[in-house]
Amino acid sequence: MSQLEELKAAIRGHLDSLDCVIGWEQGYDPLHATPLFIRNESDLERLSISPLAVHNPATYATGFAGKKIGMVVRGCHSRSIIELLNEKLIERENVVLFGLCCDGVVSQRKIRTALPADPGFVEAVEIGDDALHITLAGEKTTIKLQDVLADKCRICAYPDPLLADVLIGNKHDSRPEETLACQEAFEAKPNAEKFTFWQDTMSRCIRCYACRNVCPMCVCQDYCIAASRDPLWMSQENSPAENFMFQMIHVSHLTGRCTECGECERACPVDIPLMLLRRYMNKQVQEVFGHQAGTSLDKTPPLLTFQVEEARIKERDW
Amino acid sequence: MERFITEANLQQFAATLAGKKHVLAPVASGGTTCFRRLVPGMRLDFSRMAVISPKDATFPRNETLLLVQRYVEESGKKLELKEQLPEGECIVIGSRPCGARGKLIFDPVYETEAIKDPYYLRRRDNTLFITLSCDRPESTCFCHSVGSNPADGTGSDVLLTAVEGGFFARAITPKGEELLADALFEEAGTRAEEAAAKQTKARELMGQAHDFSSAAAKLLERFDDMGFWQAQSNKCISCGACTYMCPTCYCFNITDDEAGLVSRRLRSWDNCMSHTFTLEGSGHNPRGTKAHRLKNRVGHKFSYYPDLHASQIACCGCGRCIKQCPAGVDIRQVVMAAQEYVDER
Repeated sequence: MSQLEELKAAIRGHLDSLDCVIGWEQGYDPLHATPLFIRNESDLERLSISPLAVHNPATYATGFAGKKIGMVVRGCHSRSIIELLNEKLIERENVVLFGLCCDGVVSQRKIRTALPADPGFVEAVEIGDDALHITLAGEKTTIKLQDVLADKCRICAYPDPLLADVLIGNKHDSRPEETLACQEAFEAKPNAEKFTFWQDTMSRCIRCYACRNVCPMCVCQDYCIAASRDPLWMSQENSPAENFMFQMIHVSHLTGRCTECGECERACPVDIPLMLLRRYMNKQVQEVFGHQAGTSLDKTPPLLTFQVEEARIKERDW
Repeated sequence: MERFITEANLQQFAATLAGKKHVLAPVASGGTTCFRRLVPGMRLDFSRMAVISPKDATFPRNETLLLVQRYVEESGKKLELKEQLPEGECIVIGSRPCGARGKLIFDPVYETEAIKDPYYLRRRDNTLFITLSCDRPESTCFCHSVGSNPADGTGSDVLLTAVEGGFFARAITPKGEELLADALFEEAGTRAEEAAAKQTKARELMGQAHDFSSAAAKLLERFDDMGFWQAQSNKCISCGACTYMCPTCYCFNITDDEAGLVSRRLRSWDNCMSHTFTLEGSGHNPRGTKAHRLKNRVGHKFSYYPDLHASQIACCGCGRCIKQCPAGVDIRQVVMAAQEYVDER
């Protein structure tokens, strides 16, 4: 039985007891997937778990408060679920997790760069074991999956779900923590250069808040301080400074909570590389608190609690 | 008037104009293509439709409506208000027919007998559109289903069509004719036929148009069916990507930015998918869930607006809301679901 059939059978067994199961199906064209909310057999038939199925189902978890739902989760998605559980934002008995041992998902941005024309002209997509065969404006192009994997997948240390009720696929050997060359290269730049980069990049931001709303850990949503008029933290002015200010608020509120699912960067309609900020913050949290969000149950994020003396902060030596 | 211009000359034409006027054009940067103010060194990118629509030209993402200066003097307090009407001409080069036509949806709202929006009207009257017709539809394009086509010149001053070696240019308005009088444009020769053939082919590639004519009534029928709207909005994340990308969305917010004795009254894009859009002072919110909000967005474009304004659908079919939606919500599917809905009760 294929992994997809195995997964479908597992979901079928739970459908009656759940409000819905969140997975993916083909979206508006064969190159794009979209979240699928499975409630019956005909929904289930449309389920897809190809590398194009990228959305983090944990984004929707808090929206189903009080209801029992299922979610198909990859390794990184399970980290978001663990973090939500640790912060008591969802309840364990209300979620059934169908875990996928994941070989990585694509970056649409990289596909766009690899194609000879705009992916909007896509006509057909064939998904092979290690390549995508894309027919675009009448011509067929083959792209190696390895070349268009999302950055998070290239350095993923947790490809297998860390929490699951049903596990589909073969577990991977443990992987070392790795860093991305593009991250290191960016961090090594002089501050003046980084400043110019963000000035230019943030001028594209339209403050649609897709990055915030797609974030599984951004749970304030309707009550975000970005919308507060009193006190006024942020102007409605759409300037690089104000736009960057929002990103600073966003990343600070995710300190020790961000599970690096990459949804913020994926959702950004104007391609702002937000993960540069997330990964930098996560590295600081790792160094100062030895904490990595969503990697083990019953761990409180360091800024949601306090220790009289932190193991790695030597206040007395200052 | 019909002319021809080579691609190199079009780049030069744009650069020269940008030296004298505010020119907005699609420019590639950071892996994406957005409309930006053209400055020396930038090149037009015609390889793909810009992610954000050219709406910024006539309805900027934010603008200062007025400045307030307060004076505290011995004789008492004084207040000075300064209106900030937009000045100067803007030229949009490289919009697509959908983006140029989309702005026309604003007119019945911003220019009525009772109310005339001076900021919008001044920008609209001082902005010219040099539009590029599309040679191939994207999977998200549906302009042909909302009363347009890939070579629609409505709302544009000049329409360009890519032909061998450059662009065939047709003036649509007298102001467009003035633009084409520039020496960089050459005789069109027989290129009119080549352009016409290209336009016909692009229209054929779009295939059969969908008939949205029953949408207005069918969406109203579903108005109280919250189960329908909950199902349609399952995957929506309630962000503003769709509305801010949209050439026809015209809602705005007004806020005062105060700093001591000075304040600015700002108008910025607002977004009906946001919780705060309809949040009332009392704390009551008539559109408290994303299902209510999606119902409004879709209903407004395909039902309430057409009912008020001569059956005109308030959507230009550019597909940006579909292509850029982080969750893949497809407005075509939502409207069709209402049109095809069969009551099984």
